[in-house]
Amino acid sequence: MTKSILKLKDISKSFSGVEVLHRVSFDLQPGEVHALLGENGAGKSTLVKVITGYHQPDHGDIYLDDALVQFVDTRDSRQAGIAAIYQELSLFPDLDVAENIFVGRHPQSFGLKVDWRKLYDEAHELLDSLGVTIDLKQKARHLSIAQQQIVEIARAFSINARILIMDEPTSSLTLSEVAELFALVNNLRENGTAIIFISHRLEELFEIADRVTVLRDGNYIATTKSKETSRDDLLRKMVGRTISSQYPKTEAPLGEVVLQVDQLTSEGLFTDISFEVKSGEILGMAGLVGAGRTNVAESIFGIRPATSGKILINGLEVSINSPQQAIGLGLAYVPEDRQQHGLIPAMQITPNISLPKLDDFAKYTWILNKKEKKFAYSAALQMEVRARSIWQLAKELSGGNQQKVVLAKWLSTHPRILILDEPTRGIDVGTKAAVHKLMSDLAADGLAILMISSELPEVIGMSDRIIVMREGFITGHFMRSEATQENVINAATKDVRIENLS
Amino acid sequence: MTTQISRRTTPRINVWDLLARFREVGIIVFILLLGAVVTLRAPSFLTVNNFRDILMNISILAIVALGQTIVILTKGIDLSVSSMIGLVAMMVGFVMRQYPETPIFLIVLLGMALGTIAGSFNSIIITFGKVPPIIATLGTLSVYRGLVFFYSGGTWVNSFELPQSIKMLSKGRLFGVPNLILIALFISIIVYLFLKFTRTGRNIYAVGSNVEAAEYAGIRPQRIIFLVYLISGLLSGIGAVLWVSRFESAQTNTALGFELQTVTAAVIGGVSISGGVGTVTGVVLGAILLGIIQNALTLVRISPFWQLAAQGLLILIAVVLDKVIYTRVARN
Amino acid sequence: MTVETINKNQQENIISDRQARKSFFSIFLKWEWLLFVLILLVIFINTRLSPFFLNAINLSRTSSDFMEIGLMMLPMVLIIVTGNIDLSVASNMGMSASLMGLMHNMGINIWLAALAGLTLGTLGGVLNGYLVAYVKLPSLVVTLGTFAFFRGIAFGFLGDQAARNYPSQFTFIGQGRVFDTLIPFSVVLFIALALIFGLVLHRTIIGRQLYAIGNNEPAAKYSGVPVEKIKFILFIVSGFISALAGLVLAARFGSTRPDNGTGLELAVITAAVLGGLDINGGKGSMYGATLALVLIGLLRFGMGLLNIQSQVQSMVIGLLLIVSILVPHIGQQIRFLKQVKFRWQSILMTVGLLVVFTAFFIFFFWSRAPIIAQF
Repeated sequence: MTKSILKLKDISKSFSGVEVLHRVSFDLQPGEVHALLGENGAGKSTLVKVITGYHQPDHGDIYLDDALVQFVDTRDSRQAGIAAIYQELSLFPDLDVAENIFVGRHPQSFGLKVDWRKLYDEAHELLDSLGVTIDLKQKARHLSIAQQQIVEIARAFSINARILIMDEPTSSLTLSEVAELFALVNNLRENGTAIIFISHRLEELFEIADRVTVLRDGNYIATTKSKETSRDDLLRKMVGRTISSQYPKTEAPLGEVVLQVDQLTSEGLFTDISFEVKSGEILGMAGLVGAGRTNVAESIFGIRPATSGKILINGLEVSINSPQQAIGLGLAYVPEDRQQHGLIPAMQITPNISLPKLDDFAKYTWILNKKEKKFAYSAALQMEVRARSIWQLAKELSGGNQQKVVLAKWLSTHPRILILDEPTRGIDVGTKAAVHKLMSDLAADGLAILMISSELPEVIGMSDRIIVMREGFITGHFMRSEATQENVINAATKDVRIENLS
Repeated sequence: MTTQISRRTTPRINVWDLLARFREVGIIVFILLLGAVVTLRAPSFLTVNNFRDILMNISILAIVALGQTIVILTKGIDLSVSSMIGLVAMMVGFVMRQYPETPIFLIVLLGMALGTIAGSFNSIIITFGKVPPIIATLGTLSVYRGLVFFYSGGTWVNSFELPQSIKMLSKGRLFGVPNLILIALFISIIVYLFLKFTRTGRNIYAVGSNVEAAEYAGIRPQRIIFLVYLISGLLSGIGAVLWVSRFESAQTNTALGFELQTVTAAVIGGVSISGGVGTVTGVVLGAILLGIIQNALTLVRISPFWQLAAQGLLILIAVVLDKVIYTRVARN
Repeated sequence: MTVETINKNQQENIISDRQARKSFFSIFLKWEWLLFVLILLVIFINTRLSPFFLNAINLSRTSSDFMEIGLMMLPMVLIIVTGNIDLSVASNMGMSASLMGLMHNMGINIWLAALAGLTLGTLGGVLNGYLVAYVKLPSLVVTLGTFAFFRGIAFGFLGDQAARNYPSQFTFIGQGRVFDTLIPFSVVLFIALALIFGLVLHRTIIGRQLYAIGNNEPAAKYSGVPVEKIKFILFIVSGFISALAGLVLAARFGSTRPDNGTGLELAVITAAVLGGLDINGGKGSMYGATLALVLIGLLRFGMGLLNIQSQVQSMVIGLLLIVSILVPHIGQQIRFLKQVKFRWQSILMTVGLLVVFTAFFIFFFWSRAPIIAQF
């Protein structure tokens, strides 16, 4: 066993009385990629923040090169050569790319004046060495998500980190971009950098990680070499029980066409989108991030109405200019961004659930509290929301339970058409299975479901049919029987990607 | 990845883009157009004397608006600047009346110190007390104004009670240019250098752009926020001394309502109320535009009573135009 | 899902439909109760200090002094709940009242003039609302612009003139009392409107949607809340009520000057925030705001009886405003301070600040002493 570069011993951390980490130990060796695995709320992000000095542990020690250290804030950890790329992108939208890389440590001349020329030169060199070209004077707000990720990585690289922490770096990257990223990581590993890698995608871990440490409910569970373990074994450790078949999709009898979209176009976002969804059917929508899938969903739901094209519901042409109209027509939309668009974190579960259909719980405009409460309670029960009470604030729930509240809220409107945008992103394995089961049940009950997902196994496992989008166009259409990972990727990427993958 | 990214970032330069990137250009164009129209109606607009007047009128505004700008860059707002000016002006006035022999540089230093202390009180409430800036400074707006009354017992310091030295501070000339204008220019340059060429200056933009990210990047946002209200107080203190000098008096209602003018100058100058965006050049131009409008309305004989309405309308037009330009850019 | 699963869940009892139990005392820790206690305290102290305080005629007269602020506060509460702000209310009231005054001076029937004033105020609200809701400009910037614009129009209408000699039927709105009691008409008007606004905010669909917008505007939009329409209407209502407050003020003074009500917008916002509204939206109640208005009114009345200058009164209110936001956070701050490790830097800074502030106050009293001594 080589000497470890970073060692955590018995780290505990509580927030307002709730213990988030309980005596967690962890060690990291130079030149290894060490994956950190666990469900949401298992304590991975908190552990990362303890390592970077953003949080101070209540109990336990941190050793760097076998010497006891204490990080008061993120400056200390950075000086020690620890860099982190956080889950929430932490760029400065109003600063340009070059400055984003060097924020807080602008190169100076005479120890006083910011040396802009040097800053741009160094940024240029850095991006060159990463093999990417981005306009250095571009403001970060105008970058694509993948570009933002690259700037983040460049920033971490720029401090010559010995320890690099990557918290879900691939969650919004396309496949080829993931491949590029892994090439970079391998490069770093060979140079002796130690990397802590957090991801929900198990397949990735087997590809990139040397060792895997599993956390569950703030407890340390196990550390294993990734070569000596299996997917099922890791899953079991993560969840603490065996997960049965992952995609409980049952074939439901298909009914009439409920939603039909005909040549829908929104300038600059998507062009000539046509498809139909039948009652009882789950239509999967695959594609890369930024392919325009969310834009299509939002325009159908009236948030940003399309500039041309037709939407037909039950065969009748409708015009939908606002979410209110959409709800009135029996549409429901579970958006991709739960915190921003899905729910109102600072409000209780009850008003969150009743919000889209307040009319149902009101006489004239007067809200009938009892009726509302009764309804919210039964909706929460039905979705098996785990919370103390339906009067708990939504922000206090875990990601999975928040998603259940969002689902409860939309199902309470009794929709005929349900649009799900990345329904299982960032939620734990247990809830994920529950959501899949629910989708299957809803389809069996005759709902028409349009599901957007970037997770290929999910799309292929859950959909009756799949359409694939790329850069605003539909580039593929597959029946359940003919869809494979390969041909869906093919349609999603076409020309540029295949070369990169090989 | 390389190919894809470089393809996405091919720069597309057009008029809207330019206007959005160089906000200052838009203001200059507007100033020139306005100047042309006014000159046609009133040729006396285009004279050196008139321009000197305009600049004299906006010098103090520009100085204090720069402080306001630094605050707004961090998503804050300082409504108390007018009361800080009132308080410092009164205290400086009292000292000058009592000790007319005090050297002028000491008086300036005193004004700066008093302003900074008033500003630091805002800083403490906002950073340690976690009071939202708009509320904290709304509170101190009344508190400082109340202190002016309490301090002076409702009395004024009049022109004849003030020594010549303070009056000459703004009215003296160097190469024919009034000191006041030179001081404003000097301070603008200092603030420009500070915001553009020091780490602290850049950190102010970073904090305003994304507080959490700034913290991840090792910046201490609370320190930056503490600092900006201090600077706003400092510049208000300087503004107060200049105010006494220019108007040769210290009254209980000195600078009443000035806070909104400073915000106006900043907003017209392209400072975004949601933080992180704004330049010194823009704000100075914004203040100049305000001054020119006021001057032009007088020259073309628009009743002084309608001038305030015209100013308000101008702010509305400026922000709406700004929005339109940005939407255009976003659409491209 | 089936009935069976629901029953199973009820047995497991994974979620309850009850509010979390609160201790008896925690109910009284609500901000509204604190305000109530403060009000009692102010009444108690003032009755000790001045025999004129509990005089019914005085109270009746002083209560009508605060009705313009109160009226404008009602829509302001709703606007602040959505996370917006309307700085133009006082200017709007000046503008509407000036138009009415101008028309009255021209010999037009007073009620027609009042109607014109109300219409203009409402139009002002339409302008604000349109720019905020549909052009999507920040309300602070928009109403800062209309703050100057409306006041400017007021000056444009009346210049340095004033409108006077309103007929007594009209001045009744501001000076009259109801049914020969001591209760001023404007107070009745305020109470009626406050009830309506309070019920709308706390008991209706729109009220719920206001809170939703204030807490998370995009999510509210995605949930089918007509965000733009609601904002538009709010600012229109605010314009209308401001104009109404302008009429009340004109009726109370019996005259109109274009600078009527200058600076009242800050008084209105102060009352709302003191009442427990979160300036960032989503929190607060109409009861709180109304109690805060009463508190401010009694405080000012009491200080007025003691011959304290009105600006110094404002200072007290300003301090109260700051303290009211500070106090609820104090627990947090103490916890925060406990976490901070002992550091020389922070000690030095605290000492430094203390020295500076002491020096400031010594200087403050020293420099004013010789002049004040002359009086």
